[in-house]
Amino acid sequence: MIRFLLRRTVSTAAVLLVMSAVVYLVFYAAPHDPAVLVCGKGCDGTRLAVVRHKLGTDLPVWEQYGNFLRGLVAGRTFDSGNDVTRCAAPCLGYSFQTDQPVLQMITQRIPVDLSLTLGAMVIWLLLGVGTGLLSALRRGRLVERALTTLTLAGMATPVFLVGLLVLMLFCASLQWMPFPTYTAFTDDPAQWAANLVLPWFSLALVISAAYARMTRSSLLETLAEDHIRTNRAYGLSERRIVLGHALRGALVPVLTMLAIDVGQILGGAMLTESVFGFDGLGRLLVTSVNQIDLPVVVGATLFAGFFVVIANAAADLLYALADPRVSLA
Amino acid sequence: MTDRQKLVEVTDLRVRFASESGPVTAVDGLSFGLGAGESLGLVGESGSGKSTVAFTLLGLHRGSGAEVTGTVRVDGTDVLAAAENELRALRGARAAMVFQDPLSALDPYWAIGEQIAEVHRVHTGSSRAASRRRAVEVLDRVGIPDAARRAGAHPHEFSGGMRQRALIAMALACSPKLLIADEPTTALDVTVQAQILDLLHDLRTEHGMALLLVTHDLGVVAGNTDRVLVMRDGRAVERGPVAEILGTPRELYTRELLAAVPRLDGPRERPAGATGDILLSVTDLRRHYPAPARRSAAPGRRALLGGREELRAVDGVSLDIRRGETLGVVGESGSGKTTLGRLLVRLTQPTSGRIRFEGTDLAQASERRLQPFRRDLQMVFQDPVASLNPRRTIGDSIADPLRARGGPSGPQVRREVGELLERVGLRPDWYHRYPHELSGGQRQRVGIARALAPRPKLIVCDEPVSALDVSTQAQVVRLLSDLQGEFGLTLVFIAHDLAVVRQVSDRVAVMRHGKIVELGTADDVYAAPEHPYTRRLLAAVPVLDPAEADRRRAARAELRLPEKESALAS
Repeated sequence: MIRFLLRRTVSTAAVLLVMSAVVYLVFYAAPHDPAVLVCGKGCDGTRLAVVRHKLGTDLPVWEQYGNFLRGLVAGRTFDSGNDVTRCAAPCLGYSFQTDQPVLQMITQRIPVDLSLTLGAMVIWLLLGVGTGLLSALRRGRLVERALTTLTLAGMATPVFLVGLLVLMLFCASLQWMPFPTYTAFTDDPAQWAANLVLPWFSLALVISAAYARMTRSSLLETLAEDHIRTNRAYGLSERRIVLGHALRGALVPVLTMLAIDVGQILGGAMLTESVFGFDGLGRLLVTSVNQIDLPVVVGATLFAGFFVVIANAAADLLYALADPRVSLA
Repeated sequence: MTDRQKLVEVTDLRVRFASESGPVTAVDGLSFGLGAGESLGLVGESGSGKSTVAFTLLGLHRGSGAEVTGTVRVDGTDVLAAAENELRALRGARAAMVFQDPLSALDPYWAIGEQIAEVHRVHTGSSRAASRRRAVEVLDRVGIPDAARRAGAHPHEFSGGMRQRALIAMALACSPKLLIADEPTTALDVTVQAQILDLLHDLRTEHGMALLLVTHDLGVVAGNTDRVLVMRDGRAVERGPVAEILGTPRELYTRELLAAVPRLDGPRERPAGATGDILLSVTDLRRHYPAPARRSAAPGRRALLGGREELRAVDGVSLDIRRGETLGVVGESGSGKTTLGRLLVRLTQPTSGRIRFEGTDLAQASERRLQPFRRDLQMVFQDPVASLNPRRTIGDSIADPLRARGGPSGPQVRREVGELLERVGLRPDWYHRYPHELSGGQRQRVGIARALAPRPKLIVCDEPVSALDVSTQAQVVRLLSDLQGEFGLTLVFIAHDLAVVRQVSDRVAVMRHGKIVELGTADDVYAAPEHPYTRRLLAAVPVLDPAEADRRRAARAELRLPEKESALAS
């Protein structure tokens, strides 16, 4: 277990290091001079040079990258002689366009994505696995055909469409609830939940379709296995067989899918955030790319990658817990 | 018929399945009965319908879409008409089944003791604690050492033999009146097979259980059942007391079946002693693998660096293979015989040691240096399904080594493949068929044709017939020996079946734990085995004479007593 955690930490660090290098190279090699953007209108040559020096973009790329890495450990000071900006360790960069440390911009938004993803996850698991279970047990009947059609429709519908429809229906036409605005859990848990209900369901509805299909096919496969035949041959009831023996094995591939999805959505659910006007990592990334705010792009990308790696490590851990044949080594 | 009600009564049973090519009749008007405490062997080749009969006895055909007519009564329950809950009360409680493959038949996620306890609890309504105690009790009865602790183990932590014992323990949990065993020992080594069959025999005499033993192996039936029913194409061919059926069979099919069974005592086809020069010689050959975590089957050893266990699959083997001979390699699973076979044709690189083939050391040769020797060294694999690409036609598969040789044009390749197909007993115009269109025996013929294609000097056959029915087995063995004479081949024949190896080999090597424990001419090894392990292997081989089988079982029981005593003493 300790070996596993140690190994995973090292490999996570390695993955993030490579990612940061690649993102750095790609974005800093882009034909935009960050200094020009920061310098603003009416910028002359001398002023531009000063800004460049402050940002450190007058250095070669590998030195800039070195400064970035050093900043993570030691913090950074951007100094142009008369105008000093400090970024405390761990410094993930500094956004001169918004005049904020990148790390702060990201950590402010993480609770939004965390709330959105984990809440939606609970709903899509219940909905998806439940639907899958039902359609596997009622195979070939009308119920299953109806469910199959619904899940196919769910898979084919983009989340922004569902989001817009529920907003129009519940908030505009029926006026059952106000348009959602994100409220922090720590401020008011009831408001937090009330505001998240619509985004949760919109996101979960779309994602659960894939889980329904996965659960169904995986469960049918497990039910055809020899050890299920043993259960039948020893007089266990169908209910006991499905819930006690088949479902556990059937959910293992679902776990893999869950890790990938959660990791990805934690790193930013751009469409959902946009439709509901939530200020999460997804929107941050989109905005910073549009405005070519490179330090933010690098930071947000690294965090997105971090979530994917962490989610996969968590999945491996759950694997070992679920399946006695898997050992953490 | 009889006054008292039979435990099992099957009358005019017919089972039909729908298949892509129309309905298939698996069982066609079969009737038989089995009284309490009696034993019946249901024998037939694959596709004879014997397993379908076994499954139908417990109503396991339900939900499969099979169309079943006739009557099946088991312990008073009308299986075909019974309600679901009536059937559940029969299954596992009064009639229990032991399956062929104990690994897949047990739930990998559950501890073995829990699985057995669940069955007991479902049928008796006992408390969890009482059912757990019962699970430990039956595990102990079937000979699982330290049963109380081992009950908490999962199936993958048990060896094949122990898993089969666990499955038998599950069957015993509710003390059923009828035990249905569907090929209970087919997946096991010969020594383990003998142990399991002895266990079944003891349990039967102890508890007065009736036994329906379903198997393709006449030797398994000989020592373990009173009566035999031979099946073919869903019908009963012949039935009667076991001594009569195996001793003086009336029907031609039964006689053919018996004749195809390889024997330890029958005449050998091969005149002993090929005396060619040495074709291939290996010296102190070793292949080590890092052992799987935790459990290691073979004795490992701590490596000096890294502290990881090491599995010595092949552990210092030296032998010479003479041109034109057939060298048999026998051993139980995990003995390293397959690894040795792969090393001989350099599909696997040895950890150390020498492999001299016609004067060149191939042990550590690079792939490029090996290239010219590849065509000389060929292999036929155990599983013809897995070793043929399912998406390519068999002709293309056979043509691969011809094309690899370079040179011949399309039509010429086509013609050569046709000749090869014909030579191994298939039709030349089957070039465009796919593996799934062929039977097991036909697929193995394709495997042989492919190995033959580059005109090799040595072919290593790794369990080439162990997946086949006895009669198909005999045909493939004959084909191999014909081809050997015709092409001047040298063969290495790897198998766990001692009788088959005896039949085909000039010399035999007995392997255990990666080492050769005995090597000699087939006649010497089988007639006068020197190593105790060889003797134990030979003693475990089932014999076709029921009286002899009883004697051997008694001898094995005698052998077990001192073992138990010494185990108690230590």
